[in-house]
Amino acid sequence: MSRLPIGVASIIWSLVAFGFAVQFFLEKAYIALGVEILIVIAIAVLSRSAGGRTFLNRMKLPVLAIVSAFIVGGIVLILSDLEFYTKFGLDPIGTLASSLGRVAEAYGALIVGALGDPGKISTALASGNANKIGIALRPISETFLATTPLILAGLGVAVAFRSGVFNIGAEGQLKIGAMFAVWVGIWVPLPGPFHVLLALAAGILGGALWGFIPGILKARTGAHEVITTIMLNAIAQQVMLALLLSPVLQPPGGTTPISMPIEASAQLPLLLDLPKLRVHLGLVIALLAAAWTSWLMFRTTKGFEFRAAGLNPRAAGYAGMHAGRTIVLAMVVSGGLAGLAGASEVLGTTHYLSPTISPGYGWDAISLALLGGTRPGGVVVAALLFGALRAGGPGMALATGVPIDLLAFISALVIMFVAAPRLVREIYRVKLTATAPSTPRPQETPT
Amino acid sequence: MRSSSRLLALGASAAIIFAACGGGASTAPTTAPTEGASTAPTETPVESMAPFKACLVTDTGGLGDKGFNDNALKGLKDALAAGYATEIKNLESKKDADYASNIDLLVTDGCQQITTVGFNMGDITATKAGENTDIAFSIVDYAYDPAIANVTGIVFATEQAGMLAGYLAAGVSATGKIGTYGGLPIPPVTDFMDGLYAGIKYYNQEKGTNVSLLGWTPGVGGAAGTGVFAPADNPWGNTDFGNNQAKAFFQEGADIVLPVAGGTGIGTFTAAKQAQGEGKKVYAIGVDTDQYLTAPGFESVILTSIQKIIDKAVADAIKLAHDGGLGGTNYVGTLENGGVGLAPFHDLSNLVSADLSSGLDALKAKIIDGSVKVADYKS
Repeated sequence: MSRLPIGVASIIWSLVAFGFAVQFFLEKAYIALGVEILIVIAIAVLSRSAGGRTFLNRMKLPVLAIVSAFIVGGIVLILSDLEFYTKFGLDPIGTLASSLGRVAEAYGALIVGALGDPGKISTALASGNANKIGIALRPISETFLATTPLILAGLGVAVAFRSGVFNIGAEGQLKIGAMFAVWVGIWVPLPGPFHVLLALAAGILGGALWGFIPGILKARTGAHEVITTIMLNAIAQQVMLALLLSPVLQPPGGTTPISMPIEASAQLPLLLDLPKLRVHLGLVIALLAAAWTSWLMFRTTKGFEFRAAGLNPRAAGYAGMHAGRTIVLAMVVSGGLAGLAGASEVLGTTHYLSPTISPGYGWDAISLALLGGTRPGGVVVAALLFGALRAGGPGMALATGVPIDLLAFISALVIMFVAAPRLVREIYRVKLTATAPSTPRPQETPT
Repeated sequence: MRSSSRLLALGASAAIIFAACGGGASTAPTTAPTEGASTAPTETPVESMAPFKACLVTDTGGLGDKGFNDNALKGLKDALAAGYATEIKNLESKKDADYASNIDLLVTDGCQQITTVGFNMGDITATKAGENTDIAFSIVDYAYDPAIANVTGIVFATEQAGMLAGYLAAGVSATGKIGTYGGLPIPPVTDFMDGLYAGIKYYNQEKGTNVSLLGWTPGVGGAAGTGVFAPADNPWGNTDFGNNQAKAFFQEGADIVLPVAGGTGIGTFTAAKQAQGEGKKVYAIGVDTDQYLTAPGFESVILTSIQKIIDKAVADAIKLAHDGGLGGTNYVGTLENGGVGLAPFHDLSNLVSADLSSGLDALKAKIIDGSVKVADYKS
């Protein structure tokens, strides 16, 4: 049996890794190199058969999926460069080397764009200048900012998936939640903490309502939640637009679908009061929500019922659990979390609502739930990865001219590899028992 | 066990190979100073020129829209070619929250002039202009009242060119019915449709005809008009809707359709081309740019386009900043200053009679001298 695939993969990855070393050691961005080495070591460690160590086993698939996605992304970046074809015939080795350098440069800029430049951060901290510190810490702040709604929406979808309900409607639930929160933020006169708390609660309520509808439809009429949630996404968008173009949300004399700004008392406070740093309390709320979700799903009777319904609804029914009520409740919790994501975005980040509030957080949430193995902790880690990709993109585009659409492509590839555990298993010759207990053993295929 | 050590060994050896050949080559791709690497080497600034960095933040529509984002970037490229800018950069936005961070990123990157695009960025541009009073901003399709000292608001009187398009369409239509639809019911869109309505009405009054408009009725006395719009979740790229809506208009007897919905309009062009293949004499009118040029393949369909000359306005704002100005005024593109206009008829000029052509010229002159106002023909 050939070890060719793993060999090829490791060669390509090592080349990329070495590109990093050359590019960034010189520019003193050690972090890029460090991350690279860690990833390579991670591949090596995870390539070992981890036997009973379930955690390592569980990490294998996502980590290998991420690595594979970046490798394929790098190949596509090289092949999509037209100069590559014209120059390759003349100087194959030099062209390949410079192309790999370009990939390394792009990924390096992505990492610096998402995490910051350690050199700059230390000089800024040493200088004590608030403005400089803000600018230096901005990348990591932006990563956390982008992560916040992803965690919340991802948790929502994960709860539903665990309960056997395919909630594809997080995008709509998020928008309705944002709408409810903005409405409270604009119109309800309340002092400081009460206002923001009520606005958050309204966001949860809006999302929960939008989750309740497909839940009750499924429980009462058997309407499939995939269909109803997708349809409700479209309805949510239309409802939101209608209200944005009406006096309910639009400022007097306004002509565009942009809401009035929320009152200052309804804004989520910033975590760090430094220039340019936008990360806000929503991040803490998201992490608390993850802890709460974990407690709900794995420490309570309700959570046990959710999971039982997810594993085998009929068995759950035999055991005396009320299937219909479980579905409705799971959808309400799921929608509420997605609604909280929308609320956090408008109360913490934009302070107003417009139709382009979400770049597809609700769709990303489905990917995150899968990537995180529908576990709250997994969702948080996966959301950090996606948040870093989203936040690092503009920096990468600015520094290297690589379009940020490459990152959407890489995110999609990650999910594709996660959804195809057998592919990963075949490429890397690893066992993935813990993540995919029910899938059959791989067939021997010539490679 | 064996596989992992083998992996590391392979990786290490590959790394060494790369080290041997990669050192010199890796610097090659880093030198291009601009986004569009292809344009960079030819426009390398001469030594004496002071560096001036002009930058762009697109809205969520992004580049490739063949509309205002692409046109704004063309303005930057023109400024680079003309020497007002020595370096250009651009960033695309994917969501509302990106606007602020993209502007911040460009400010940190040392941009001296920043162009933003679209009403969605209206408030954030004002905020960031306040934070960075030494940087000149310009914003496409938005104006401030009062104007901000370091911002140039760039807006267009599209209803003026739209009125010409309405007059032209009324004269060309054999069925006496014109169709139109928009992306969203917002003034930057409905201004086109108001103009179209006004032009048709003016033609009817002048010639005693009864040409009608499907898909849009302007509002009277400040009320909102009513009409056909694309589904709001995808107003600017919904070619299916553009296709079906055009077919519906053709069914109702219209033979000219004006889509005011960005990329959605491509679906309408496709439907018109298909109908032409079936022997129908139907046409479409483009918007924003001369779509005869920017939407290749639809030359037989595009009668004309209602143009907003965004690139020139953007380049002018960069020139202003390069020459030391910061802004403080709003630019309104009109028929008079050439900021809006009808594109040439290209392959379809035989449809436009000499009589119609002179009528168009007369109307244009009247709009410019103020004796005809679009607002007077909206009801």
